[in-house]
Amino acid sequence: MNKYDVVIGLEIHAQLSTKSKMFCRCANTYGLEPNTSICPVCTGQAGALPVINGRAVEYALRTALALNCKVNSTSVFSRKNYFYPDLPKGYQISQYDEPLAEHGGTEIILKDGKTKNIGITRVHMEEDAGKNIHDDKNSYVDLNRAGVPLVEIVSDPDITSPEEAVLYFKKLKTILEYIETCDCNMEEGNLRCDANISLKPAGRTAFGTKVEIKNLNSFRFLEKALSYEIERQTKALDVDEKIIQETRLFDSNKSVTRAMRKKEEANDYRYFPEPDLGPLVLARPFIDKLSSGLIELPDARIKRFVAEYNLSYYEADLFCSDKTLASYYEDTVKATGDTKLCSSWIQTVVLKALNDNKINVKDLTITPRAFSELLLLIKDGSINQNTGKDVFEEMLKSGKSAKVIVEDKGLSQIHDEGLIEQIVEEVIRESSVQVEQYRSGKVAVMGFLVGMVMKKSGGKAKPAVVNELLKKKLG
Amino acid sequence: MSNSYLKSSIPELAKALRDKKISAVELCELFFERIKKHKDLNSYISVFEKESLIQASLLDEEGFSEKDPLLKGIPISLKDIFMLEGKKTTCASKMLENYIAPYDATVTKRLKEQRAIIIGKNNMDEFAMGSSNEHSYFGPVKNPWDTTRVSGGSSGGSAAAVSAGLSQISFGTDTGGSVRLPASYTGILGLKPTYGRVSRYGVVAFASSLDQPGPMARNVHDLAIAYDAVAGFDKYDSTTSSNRAESIYEYLLKDNRKELTHQTIGIPTAFMKDGVNKDIVKSFEETLSLIKKLGFKTVDIELPHAKYALDVYYIVNPGEASSNLSRFDGIRFGYRDKEYKDLGSLYSGSRGEGFGEEVKRRIMLGTFVLSAGYYEAYFAKAAKVRSLIKQDFETAYTKCNAILMPVSPFTAFKLGEKMDDPLAMYLSDIFMVPVNIAALPSLAFPTGFDTGGLPIGMQLIGKPFDEKNIFGITRLIEMEKQDCFNRISIE
Repeated sequence: MNKYDVVIGLEIHAQLSTKSKMFCRCANTYGLEPNTSICPVCTGQAGALPVINGRAVEYALRTALALNCKVNSTSVFSRKNYFYPDLPKGYQISQYDEPLAEHGGTEIILKDGKTKNIGITRVHMEEDAGKNIHDDKNSYVDLNRAGVPLVEIVSDPDITSPEEAVLYFKKLKTILEYIETCDCNMEEGNLRCDANISLKPAGRTAFGTKVEIKNLNSFRFLEKALSYEIERQTKALDVDEKIIQETRLFDSNKSVTRAMRKKEEANDYRYFPEPDLGPLVLARPFIDKLSSGLIELPDARIKRFVAEYNLSYYEADLFCSDKTLASYYEDTVKATGDTKLCSSWIQTVVLKALNDNKINVKDLTITPRAFSELLLLIKDGSINQNTGKDVFEEMLKSGKSAKVIVEDKGLSQIHDEGLIEQIVEEVIRESSVQVEQYRSGKVAVMGFLVGMVMKKSGGKAKPAVVNELLKKKLG
Repeated sequence: MSNSYLKSSIPELAKALRDKKISAVELCELFFERIKKHKDLNSYISVFEKESLIQASLLDEEGFSEKDPLLKGIPISLKDIFMLEGKKTTCASKMLENYIAPYDATVTKRLKEQRAIIIGKNNMDEFAMGSSNEHSYFGPVKNPWDTTRVSGGSSGGSAAAVSAGLSQISFGTDTGGSVRLPASYTGILGLKPTYGRVSRYGVVAFASSLDQPGPMARNVHDLAIAYDAVAGFDKYDSTTSSNRAESIYEYLLKDNRKELTHQTIGIPTAFMKDGVNKDIVKSFEETLSLIKKLGFKTVDIELPHAKYALDVYYIVNPGEASSNLSRFDGIRFGYRDKEYKDLGSLYSGSRGEGFGEEVKRRIMLGTFVLSAGYYEAYFAKAAKVRSLIKQDFETAYTKCNAILMPVSPFTAFKLGEKMDDPLAMYLSDIFMVPVNIAALPSLAFPTGFDTGGLPIGMQLIGKPFDEKNIFGITRLIEMEKQDCFNRISIE
């Protein structure tokens, strides 16, 4: 048993993938020339006022519902005041004591197969800040990102290890991808994570002093930063050193965290209700409509896959962690009627191809329909599994259909038993040593003989037929 | 050219333009002549003579017809707090001395749609903070009735300009009396509309939950026309009401005497019993007799929490202002200290030098009342008292249809008199602030002069979104006391 209990809570910021920004009509588009998607509102010009983007509210609400939160029919926008060059108004419009939704949670599956619920304290809406850019001499501000809608998802301090933290973060990403409220492109900063972590003597109820680690924008960084922090805090506590409440940054080059600012240096954000916006009042029927319109979420889909397609939990989870992959599997099953064949082929051939080519399933040029055609050729014996793999490669390269490739290259298996019989007889003649061995009881030699026949047939003979004929001839 | 149009109302000017008795260019020239003549009043920060004359000549070419809006071709001005695209909007601050508005305020846009001619932008207290218009980076505005006295603030430039005939009408903003006080100190009319009636979009924010733009004019019809042009829902301001704003001017053209005079006017006797100048008390009583003579009933009302309005105001107002003014940080626009070493000194240098004393006082007050540990004691509590004050008015309106009160306990004071005593200055607003706190409409109108010849003003406070009623009653008073209305303060 460990000497200390680890207590972790995550604050995850997800940019909502709406067309326009949270409080103005500027395009919410990543990667534009600096300061080209800006207006009086999002640059904080004197006299400009915010107007709530209804679609952003809908997306935030969908997120809250997917995380099983209780939606507050009235929530209030507040101003969070602080000075920073990327914050045009000198305050961020956020939600404070009356957030959009509270008291949710989601389950993660631990290594031992047990499930664990991670509570969600709150989900609230806010606007993103711009971006500061520095070169050797100057600093610049790009306000394209200023005013992009965000949801902040705050977890309960239910996480007890870096592994759980990663599982939870991955789970949130999957859910957000399912409900299509966030592009979840972590390199573009769509999905960002801050972690709060503290240690306490094992079994004690009172929390220790927490440290916040900012901007952990990959699963790997999250895990490394937390592991480092556990090690650091353990060492400190072991020698009775006090943990300082502070904000730390993760240095990904050295895999260490460094103090950024202490609690005393922290901003007093002077929150107060945003007078430019009234309270956000959501009609119950609107909430109910979104709730009932919610698509099937990953947990439910996994359960259904296990029941409906007779998959192992592992397989179902593997497919359902990616919405597109899960649909790829389902579409293929529908077209082929073979749950096992589809499962094994997606796990091996498809995932390998994605990995080799470093692409996502949604970028795969072979559609579920084209893929099913290939699987059907294997299923009806037109080609064998190995040939199938070559055909798949060819499909990737040329974009041709499986049937066309098989026909063009003459890969179809030989169905003419007379022809196979000729080859079998030839092999028996040429392999007298092995034939003797077989007849004297060394059955394993059969594999060699089958291989010889396959080789001579150019891989087109059906192994089952070859087997049968050989047995018959060798008596 | 003798200025026989100086005392004309907007409908009269519109008719003269239609009848080609005067051209829009000539009309503009008359105003510019007077602006130059009375430059020492310091009522304008910018004047757009060249552009205005070009615009006027284009309108002359086009001609004027019955179908045109009444404001077409009428020279008007705006407090320098309204965004007017391509022109400086300074808020009378060094901070925005060279700030060119990148867009039009909704008020500006609506006035442009009426094709009024915006001839200039008026002086004001810096960021609308003040009751005397002495807190301007561009110097104080002088009262045209007595140039040793203040014009009242914060929309003092607008008031002085309209009162002196340097602009037909003007638009100010009223956060705690900033339209009504200068209107009353200069003998004109000013309307503080119901909160949410006129869009705040493009109006530099002071205290967002209290700010309302409002028109200023010398007679009721002009005031109504000005109000009609800008009132109503704006999709760019989420706090505007979707209640339809019907045309007040059309309403005033009808005979409403009968339906109006059966109403009851509330008098908050207890609230205004102390510290009111005796000439103002006398004028109030005269107004009351006139109202009774017209047939109105009167009733004594209680506003038990109104005495706390000023306290609430000086928590909410600086609190919101401290946040609203955070955007003036020297980063993207506005004054930037040239000698900064790092981010911290860029902020403190730019804000320290760019803002005036009163503005910095409010930012500090506001930062304090919002800070952790004090928020509950001040800002949160003020919000609670605010709803009590609102309830006071709701209760009062079960007994009456409108409330009559003086605008201020005293008339225009000497320049410099209250500059070193902010609390005495704040007291000017004691009768107006409850109206902003309760988000009600209030119309200030002139009722006479004190023994020193300085104008006195009363205000009629209406029910929420019932501007029509206070306009109607004021019009009845105007018809009875024509000598008090439509006065030009200076030759």
